[in-house]
Amino acid sequence: MSLREVLTPFTAWKHVLDAPVTIPDPIGREAAERYRGFHQNDMETCIGCGTCEAICQNGAIDMVPVEGQVTEKGDSGLRPMIDYGRCCWCALCVDVCMTGSLTMSNEYTWVDTDPDAFRFIPGLEEPWKDKEAGYRREGGRELSGTKRSHMGELAPALRGDNFSEICAGFTREEAILEADRCVECGLCVATCPAHMSIPDYIAAVRDQDYDRGLQLLYETNPFSEVCGRICTHKCETSCAALHEGDPIAIRWLKRHIIDNVPMERRLELVGGAKPANGHRVAIVGAGPGGLTAAYDLAREGCAVTVFEALAAPGGMMRYGIPEYRLPYDALDRDVAVIQAMGVEIRCNMRVGRDIALDDLKRDHDAVILAIGLQMGRGTRIPGSEGPGVEKAVDLLRRITAGEDVPVPERVVVIGGGNVAFDIARSMARLQKATHGTVGVTLTALEDRAHFLADAEELIEGAEEGVEIIDKRGPQEVMRDASGAVTGLRSWAVTSIFDDQGRFAPAYDQADERVHEGAMVIEAIGQMADVSLLGAELTEALDWNRGRIAIDAGFRTSEPWLFAVGDAVKGPDVINAVADGHRVAQSVMERVSLQEGIS
Amino acid sequence: MLSFQPDRSQYPQPGPDGRLEVDLETGKYLKLWQGPNHPGITGNMSVELTVCGDEVVEGKTHVGYLHRGFEKLMERRTFIQVFPIVCRVCVPEPDFNEYCYAAAVEELAGIEVPEMATWMRTLILEMGRFNSYMMFLGGISGSLGLGLVGQWMTYVRDLMLDRFEELTGARIYHMFILPGGVRGHLPEGFAARMEEVLQTAEKYLADVDRVMFSNSVFRLRTEGVGVIDPALFERFGVTGPNARAGGVVKDVRKDSPYLVYDQLDFIPASGKDSDIFTRVKVRRADIDNSIGLIRQILEKMPKSGPVMARLPNVLHWKIPRGETYIKGECSRGEYGYYMVTDGSGYPRRINVRGPSYTHAMALLEHLIPGTNISDVAALMVSLHTYPPEIER
Ligand SMILES: Cc1cc2nc3c(=O)[nH]c(=O)nc-3n(C[C@H](O)[C@H](O)[C@H](O)COP(=O)(O)OP(=O)(O)OC[C@H]3O[C@@H](n4cnc5c(N)ncnc54)[C@H](O)[C@@H]3O)c2cc1C
Repeated sequence: MSLREVLTPFTAWKHVLDAPVTIPDPIGREAAERYRGFHQNDMETCIGCGTCEAICQNGAIDMVPVEGQVTEKGDSGLRPMIDYGRCCWCALCVDVCMTGSLTMSNEYTWVDTDPDAFRFIPGLEEPWKDKEAGYRREGGRELSGTKRSHMGELAPALRGDNFSEICAGFTREEAILEADRCVECGLCVATCPAHMSIPDYIAAVRDQDYDRGLQLLYETNPFSEVCGRICTHKCETSCAALHEGDPIAIRWLKRHIIDNVPMERRLELVGGAKPANGHRVAIVGAGPGGLTAAYDLAREGCAVTVFEALAAPGGMMRYGIPEYRLPYDALDRDVAVIQAMGVEIRCNMRVGRDIALDDLKRDHDAVILAIGLQMGRGTRIPGSEGPGVEKAVDLLRRITAGEDVPVPERVVVIGGGNVAFDIARSMARLQKATHGTVGVTLTALEDRAHFLADAEELIEGAEEGVEIIDKRGPQEVMRDASGAVTGLRSWAVTSIFDDQGRFAPAYDQADERVHEGAMVIEAIGQMADVSLLGAELTEALDWNRGRIAIDAGFRTSEPWLFAVGDAVKGPDVINAVADGHRVAQSVMERVSLQEGIS
Repeated sequence: MLSFQPDRSQYPQPGPDGRLEVDLETGKYLKLWQGPNHPGITGNMSVELTVCGDEVVEGKTHVGYLHRGFEKLMERRTFIQVFPIVCRVCVPEPDFNEYCYAAAVEELAGIEVPEMATWMRTLILEMGRFNSYMMFLGGISGSLGLGLVGQWMTYVRDLMLDRFEELTGARIYHMFILPGGVRGHLPEGFAARMEEVLQTAEKYLADVDRVMFSNSVFRLRTEGVGVIDPALFERFGVTGPNARAGGVVKDVRKDSPYLVYDQLDFIPASGKDSDIFTRVKVRRADIDNSIGLIRQILEKMPKSGPVMARLPNVLHWKIPRGETYIKGECSRGEYGYYMVTDGSGYPRRINVRGPSYTHAMALLEHLIPGTNISDVAALMVSLHTYPPEIER
């Protein structure tokens, strides 16, 4: 113990004259640039997917309705409300935000006498609403993976001359990877017309529980195998993952489940129908609308007979959609499950020709019309009457039926929708098989960016040799002296709609072209053949712009008659399925009501 | 050295169960609660002292004031949801929890962390260690009545918290190291601002050396006091500076290097007297180590590169069945996370090993008898106790 050790500590006195190091007024001290302070939410970018709510480990976030935010496709209309009595500022909510709308400002002082004020909806009127500084997730930290999992496809060179299915479907590994990207927000469920339990069946894929997946599919859709291949998948347009990259491949995951459950197991899982209830229902048309209704009613115990004009059931799923997109055996399996419920399908029975509608009415408690749109619309341009001009749906039907169709070396297709591509690509295959070369020209009013057909149709069509020409309006089918078709004369389109948004194409007549071809195929829309109704019923029924009028329950103005599907609403299989369920419900209400009365 | 020399023959003798038989009725003994509200207690725990005159004859440690059930809470959270709560297990040096948890998850889930992130993690851990020691120096000096050092260290710690704030976005609970990596890169100009802090720290630490280590009072009250016999280290699970002060040079950073410690130069500080003074000295030297390490890291670390690995979708992240123990050298010794996963989306079991658990409960009880009442605070602080990590 030296004297030094007694004296040295006193050196601390030298700090007496130092300026104080404390901040006199800490209020207003700006926090660091990336400080995790109070939340901000860009209300317009937010889609209300609720991923923030799902990840919050404190349960501090509730999704709530907010004035001015509407529920619409891809937006739940809800917005996060945050309780600062629970929040721990971990920012996981910001990290997982699918749109990047939720952020944190670097603001950290907030004084209020009302404790409830600290449960607030960011994005409304907080003072730090537009503050730039604060926590944003660093780039490259998307939650769900921005790229779709790979799926095998038939190379263009291998598909030119045959109708083999193009898509191979996911392998298990691919499916699990894809399923992993789902954030289970359920925006897709709201968009799907049949409200399939999409997040749940995707979870089943993740869990590799295909039995559960299949049961979930069948809860809402007896055409899951079909829809797993050709559904218009509007669900994918409202997927939250879309905001970070590719939407989840919902359609392919559905298909993956079905592909992984053998048929016998499928029948077992779907189970049988309820005991017969004594009611008899007739359905005209074995498309997805009619058969879905048939499935539901049969499960309820009704005796259901479906009358189908053509040789096999399926409607446009068989006679419209080409086999390279939907193999017939896939459709057959869906139909087989429906038949296993006891549904009787009587093919080659055109109602109005082979049996009268009145007979159906007499022998049944209710009749459902599900006749679809079987007649192709014509362009009515000069030269379009007569041989060499075909309707797309007629040709497709004949191709499916195995009939001989003429296959000239060059054909011209009018139309830019999916049906146009279906026939163009089908003809291309037939040409390739017959002549070894493809000579299909597809002309459409729209410009490339606005084609009605799906983007992949354009890509795959081009790959298969279809020449796609946009912005052309058909003017005349050219014929030679003998009357044989030689091509299509067209003008360039300058606009399609008028100022009021009505369909009124305008042309640049100076820009005229002739597209060579010995056949012109019109693919510009379909209409219903309602001749089966007969004059009296046609007169008696209410109509709505050329279609049989129906109410929300798909009841016509005649109490015994219901109508569903393309003929009254459309426009695709999944809508036909959804509406098939609804019409079945209406029919059940009617027959049980009758039961009550008798 | 101490003036007070009790008559030990007067002391209560152990009964058949080995515990002292204290008859309070005799008036010879007094029960004295040190804590839970007491300036001589670090955090929320207390020591129930039985004193005879000035001398403590028995000390019982009481914990439980801070129990939040973290380990159980973790079992009820998904793997990503656990990440924001682990830091709360230890308030003054929270980052160790973040690192151990993240590393355990990464090992069991088979995730490779980008190199940049491992450097950032090491940086964060050394910054955390530095700050933990700042609190320690303030605490040990305060427990001996030297309040000044605490004020200085609080200031220096605050400067480091500023660096934490700009780097991690928070001052205390940083929530920056998460499974897969870290949340961001170094801000522009960070190294220069850090250097300023380190230089300020060095100035203040030089002052601390003068007022503490060259202070006769401090030396009188700490030298030869609270000696832990190195033979007890094994039995009481003594690690870290507490062990190093007794000549057992254990440092996980050296013995089984993790993160980038094998690429950094430092010599673990050690001593041999195993008393309070040496323990404080060892920690003081370790601060210099941390300062040096921070400088080395900022110099050697890569200048760019990813900081996060691609994680599976964290909303339904399942980790295969497995178990692991991840350990590291925190300012108090070996810190560890034992984790068991069962293939589900939740950890089946997580056990946190905080060094205070062994140091401040059993060991403290063992060291207390025979000390002076006024030394108990310094004794406890000298073990560097953080009650929150005792109670998980
Ligand atoms: C070429 C083409 C491609 C398509 N591609 C897709 C696609 O990829 N994805 C998609 O979701 N949708 C697609 N669609 C639309 C989809 O096929 C229809 O929306 C759907 O089939 C409509 O179902 P529906 O039950 O109303 O009618 P339909 O499927 O048309 O079935 C009606 C059935 O009723 C029968 N019928 C009609 N009149 C009588 C009568 N008097 N007596 C007995 N039977 C009768 C018909 O023969 C037919 O089988 C496509 C349509 C076409 C034409």
